[in-house]
Amino acid sequence: MNWILENLGLIGSLSLEHLRQSVIAIVLGFAASIPLGWVAWKYKLLRGPVVSLTGLLYTIPSLALLMILPVLTGMSAISEANLILALAIYAVAIMVRSVVDGLNSVDPATRSAATAMGYGTARRFFAVDLPLAGPVVLAGLRVTAVSTISLATVGILVGVTNLGYLFTNGLQRRIIEEVLAGIIAVAAIALLVDLLLLLAGRWLMPWTTASTLKRRTPAPKSTEQAAS
Amino acid sequence: MNRKQFFSTSALVLAGSLVLAGCSSADPLATESDAAQDGGTTVVVGSQAYYSNEIVAEIYAQALEGAGMEVERQFSIGQRDAYMPQLEDGSIDVFPEYTGNLLQFYKEDTEARSSEEVYDELKKSLPESLAVLEAAEASDQDSYTVTKKFAEANNLTSIEDLAGISEPLTVGGPPELAERPYGPKGLESTYGVKAEFSATGDTTVEDLVAGTVNIANVFTADPRIQTEDLVVLEDPKSLFLASNVVPLVAADQSEELAEVLDPVSEKLTAQVLVNLNVQSTVDKKSAADIASAWLASEGL
Amino acid sequence: MNLISDALSWIFAAEQWQGDGGLAALLGQHLLFTVLAVLIAGVIAIPAGWAIGHTGKGREIAVGIAGIARAVPSFGLLILLVLLLGVLHKPEAALLTFVVLAIPSLLAGAYTGFEAIDRKTIDAARAVGMTEWQILFKVEIPLGLALLVGGIRSAVLQVVATVTVAAYVNLGGLGLPIITGLNLRRFDMVLGGALMVAALALVLDLAFAMAQKAAVPRGLGARTKKKFHYTDDQITLEREMS
Repeated sequence: MNWILENLGLIGSLSLEHLRQSVIAIVLGFAASIPLGWVAWKYKLLRGPVVSLTGLLYTIPSLALLMILPVLTGMSAISEANLILALAIYAVAIMVRSVVDGLNSVDPATRSAATAMGYGTARRFFAVDLPLAGPVVLAGLRVTAVSTISLATVGILVGVTNLGYLFTNGLQRRIIEEVLAGIIAVAAIALLVDLLLLLAGRWLMPWTTASTLKRRTPAPKSTEQAAS
Repeated sequence: MNRKQFFSTSALVLAGSLVLAGCSSADPLATESDAAQDGGTTVVVGSQAYYSNEIVAEIYAQALEGAGMEVERQFSIGQRDAYMPQLEDGSIDVFPEYTGNLLQFYKEDTEARSSEEVYDELKKSLPESLAVLEAAEASDQDSYTVTKKFAEANNLTSIEDLAGISEPLTVGGPPELAERPYGPKGLESTYGVKAEFSATGDTTVEDLVAGTVNIANVFTADPRIQTEDLVVLEDPKSLFLASNVVPLVAADQSEELAEVLDPVSEKLTAQVLVNLNVQSTVDKKSAADIASAWLASEGL
Repeated sequence: MNLISDALSWIFAAEQWQGDGGLAALLGQHLLFTVLAVLIAGVIAIPAGWAIGHTGKGREIAVGIAGIARAVPSFGLLILLVLLLGVLHKPEAALLTFVVLAIPSLLAGAYTGFEAIDRKTIDAARAVGMTEWQILFKVEIPLGLALLVGGIRSAVLQVVATVTVAAYVNLGGLGLPIITGLNLRRFDMVLGGALMVAALALVLDLAFAMAQKAAVPRGLGARTKKKFHYTDDQITLEREMS
């Protein structure tokens, strides 16, 4: 435990680095997934290819992606931008499917009602489709956030410093507390971001909170799932 | 109302993240081009993702700071293949290197073996933008190492002796050793020693002690050679190059850097390096603390 | 493109497949780790998930455990376990890491499978006089199977992608050429290894997609189809949310 107490400053600054790298990647991945998911949802022909191709990205081992991206983009392998791009790609791999599923979960009748009220395509998408797809999209975003934060640690193997440093450095020096501190810090950041997203979701989409309350009150064994 | 809320917050989040992204993109790019231009004012010191290398880098950094220079640290940048491009394009100015391994990076089939030969040839092989300052006596070179027990049981002092052993041999080392000229292939062609290879990576010494491998590729400044009772086998046919610690620097700044770093290298003996490593692995001190304590004790 | 053709010629070179470090052996190790880890995780997580789904109790705890397990970085956990268990127990350390990785998806697959069943169906089964065990084996398990297979599918994919790091602690697998190539700047090896992992994942994913379809009991297809489209992770979280 001594090591941890003596190196709180290091753990803190690595945590901030880690958080910054992950948040940028999550936001970029999210921003790219919305239009991709929309295209896949809108044009049925494209749906299969887009969803499975982006899903396939997830199977590329992260170490390999970190080495191959620089060859394609001309970036330096050890630059932070390289790690962030790789993480954003994995985020897209998870998110696109959630966006498609989310848009699918919107009742077509609601959409027709919006059209009938004179909503144009763009306005309808942002004011009706996207908010209603929100719960499913947010669920995907939370999975994405946790996995991105955990995955970012491999950056250290190509020289991007974040909490992963505590793993490799701890292994070389045989300091178990150092590795443990890294794991705890990563997990804490992941759970914190997850919680923030959950709260943000409740605040942005108050209608979901109401139904949660209604559903949670009776024992879980009741008929709660039938409606969904 | 809900929608308005949804919107304004989405916009806020997006704007915020763009700002974040903006800040950060300045950061990685800076290491590639900007730093190269203002290299005169700030000295960028890099290090490998290897704790011992980081200590030496920290020593260089603090010595330079002591001489009144602005220092920026870019530590823990993986392996040579990852950071050499950064040195070549000028985004890193100072890097602790090892003469032999660095020479092999530029000249894989080099014949040089002794410290002097390696150092001289290295000077000729470096690209124009780079220079090496005076090398230290301290070396951290590849070796084939066995446990004392194994050495005594088989009467081993040199790699040559391995050829006479009947029990099956396994060499442990980093995965890339399989392809290196001094790896198992070199062991067989130079010494006629046949051995299996096991990619034990960062746990090579533990594997040797535990007995999953009987020969290990260990860096000679590893403190565990002393603490774990290991024997470094002699290398009479020079499979390995001598590899002394040396500051690799940007050629255009080599004069002012030499003034500060040459006296440091002079004090950096083999035993000093092992001692510094011990402070990191056994006493668990940070590289910065180890470096400042040593510099103070040497009056640098 | 050059890069990809280099990688392919590296993969298809005959000598690459032979010997202890050959691709055939590495592929075998990779599969073995994946199968063992998912099996062990399944033995732990599936009965637990079924118990949660059947009784409706302990769900919050399961969600919490799964959440924490998901947040733990596998790379760090592997290193920690190797340091704690010692080098003689590297395979156990790696296996444990992958088991931890697989548990959340399997757990979620098992209990969401039960939760997705219309409660009226269960009530009907109880009304016709089925015992709790009969309800479990004749109603809940068959009806929840498709989502469970979905959970196994995503667990397998996560493990396949992650077994790559086993090479970092000398356990072979298809990560070995990637890690070796990384330090040698041999992009054909790095990309070749990556392509092998991706191909393996793709084949397994297709197999599970078919199994998932086959696991929907006949006559049930149309009504539940939409649900099965989600991955288990999303279902779990969506349910927490909504």
